[in-house]
Amino acid sequence: MAAVKFEYAMARLETIVAELEKGDLPLDDSLKIFEEGIRLSKTCLKMLEDAERKVEILVQEKDGKKRIQAFSPGEDESENS
Amino acid sequence: MTGHNLALPLLLSVSDVTRLIRNSLEDQFQDVWIEGEISNLRAPSSGHLYFTLKDSQSQLRGVLFRSGALRLRFALQEGLAVIARGRISVYEPRGEYQLIVDSLEPKGVGAFQLAFEQLKERLSQEGLFDEARKRRLPAFPRTVGVVTSLTGAAIRDIVAVLRRRCPIVNLLIAPVPVQGDGAGASIAEAIDALSAMPQVEVLIVGRGGGASEDLWAFNEEAVVRAIARSRVPVVSAVGHEIDVTLSDFAADHRAPTPSAAAEAVVPVLDEIMERLDELARRLSRIVDTMLQMQRHRFERSLNVLHEIRFRIQTEAQRLDELRDGLTRIFTEQLTTLHREMVERRHLLLAQGPQSRIQRSLVLIPQLCKRLEQEARRGLIGRRQSVALQMAALDALSPLAILQRGFSIVQTVSDGRVLRRASDVAVGASVQVRLAEGQLVCQVDKVMPSSIA
Repeated sequence: MAAVKFEYAMARLETIVAELEKGDLPLDDSLKIFEEGIRLSKTCLKMLEDAERKVEILVQEKDGKKRIQAFSPGEDESENS
Repeated sequence: MTGHNLALPLLLSVSDVTRLIRNSLEDQFQDVWIEGEISNLRAPSSGHLYFTLKDSQSQLRGVLFRSGALRLRFALQEGLAVIARGRISVYEPRGEYQLIVDSLEPKGVGAFQLAFEQLKERLSQEGLFDEARKRRLPAFPRTVGVVTSLTGAAIRDIVAVLRRRCPIVNLLIAPVPVQGDGAGASIAEAIDALSAMPQVEVLIVGRGGGASEDLWAFNEEAVVRAIARSRVPVVSAVGHEIDVTLSDFAADHRAPTPSAAAEAVVPVLDEIMERLDELARRLSRIVDTMLQMQRHRFERSLNVLHEIRFRIQTEAQRLDELRDGLTRIFTEQLTTLHREMVERRHLLLAQGPQSRIQRSLVLIPQLCKRLEQEARRGLIGRRQSVALQMAALDALSPLAILQRGFSIVQTVSDGRVLRRASDVAVGASVQVRLAEGQLVCQVDKVMPSSIA
C-alpha cells in the first residue's frame, strides 16, 4: 500500500523533473508541478523516515489462530544452534 | 508330488481349480520384482490402477490398488519402463492371473526425478509457468514476507541482506519446516497466509542448500500452486544456484540463493535516498533557472515598456508642438483671410450700387435744382425770343398776304402748294385759302402761259 504510493510518488517525481527539464511548459504549469514535485519529494522522504524497521514472525497458536510477534533473529539463532 | 495330486478328487469345479491355481501361484510368487513397460493403462474412479506390463515377447496384467497408487511419487503413463514389486495372484471371476503391485519405481530415472518431470509437464500444460503470468517485483516494498525455516542459514542470510541494503524494510516471517513429511503442506499454507496479509508486498519462499531430496518439498504441487496463486509476487530461493525446483518455475522471480532473493526484493536504501536527493536538487535547480529566466524576460519586457512609454511621451510632445504650430498657422491664416475679407468688403462696398445710390441721392437734388434754374432762365429768354419771332412771323405770315388779297392754292389730294398751273390736271380739286375761309374748286382749264 504505502510502497505502491511510494513507487508512484517516485515515478511521478521522475516524470515531473523530466517534464520540467524539457522546459516547454508554461510558467504557471511549471510552478504547479514544481510544487507537486517538492511535495512528493517531502512525502517520499517522510515515508522513508517513518519506516518501522520491524522483524516479525507469524506464529500459529494452539487454537489454530495465527498471531504476529516480534522476532529477533540473533536470539533465535543462538537458541537453535 | 504326483501322489499328492492324485489325492485330489477327480472331478473339480472351475472355482475349485481356479482357487487351487491361485494358491499355487501365490505360494510361488509371493514377492517378485518384475521389469516391464506399462501399457493399456486404465485409471477408473475407484482409484485403482490397471495396466499391462509387457516386454518384447510377453504380457502380464497388473493392478495397483488405491492405497498403493496414492503413495506413488509419479504418475504412471503408457510406455513407461518400470520395476514393479508385488505378488502374482489370480482374478478368479475371469480366471486370469495378474501381478498385484505393492510398489512401482520408474526404471532408469529416480522416482523423484520422474515425478518432477511429470508434475512440471502437467503444471506447464496448465500454464502455471507461463512467462506472461510473471509479475514485476515492487520497486520498493515496505514489508517483505518470508516463508522459510527459522533455523536455517537462509533466514539469517535474508535478514542480513535486507538489513544491509534497506534497513527500513519490515520483515514478516512465516516459519515452516522445509523438509520432511508435511513440509510441502506447511509451506503452501504459509504462502497463503502471508499472501493474505495486506501489508505484505512481496514474498520470498525458500531454504538454504541441501541434498536434492531435502529440497523436495519445493517440488510439491501444493507449494507450486500456492506460489502461483499468491496475491503478491513471489521470489523463489531454493538451495544453490544449480538446484532448480518447480517452485522456481512458478515464482515470479527465481533467485539462485536466499541472499540473492533478499537483494532482488529490496533496493539499496542509500541509492533511493540519493536518487530522491538528486531529484529534489534537480527540481530546485530547474525552477531556479526557470524563475531567473522568467525574471530576465520580465525585465526585458519592462524595459521595452519603458522605451515605448518614453517614445509615446516624445511623440506626444511632438504632437503637441505640431498642434500648436498648426493652430498658430491656422490662426494666422484666418486672421489674414479675415483682414483681407474685411478689406475686400470695404472695397466691394465702395464699388457697390449702394454708394452710387448714396452719391446719386446727393447729386439728384442738386441737379434738380440746377435743372430748375436752367429751365427757368431758358424759359424767360425763349419767351422773349418767341415774342420777337412771333412779330417777325406775323409780318412774314402768308396770312398777312392773304389779307392783302392773295390766296394760296393747294391740291386737295396732297396739300401741295401750287405754283404752276401745270402742277395740276383738269378736273383736279384744289383748295383755295383765302384771308378768311377757304374754297374748294375744280380745275376747268389749265393755261400754262401766264398772263392772258
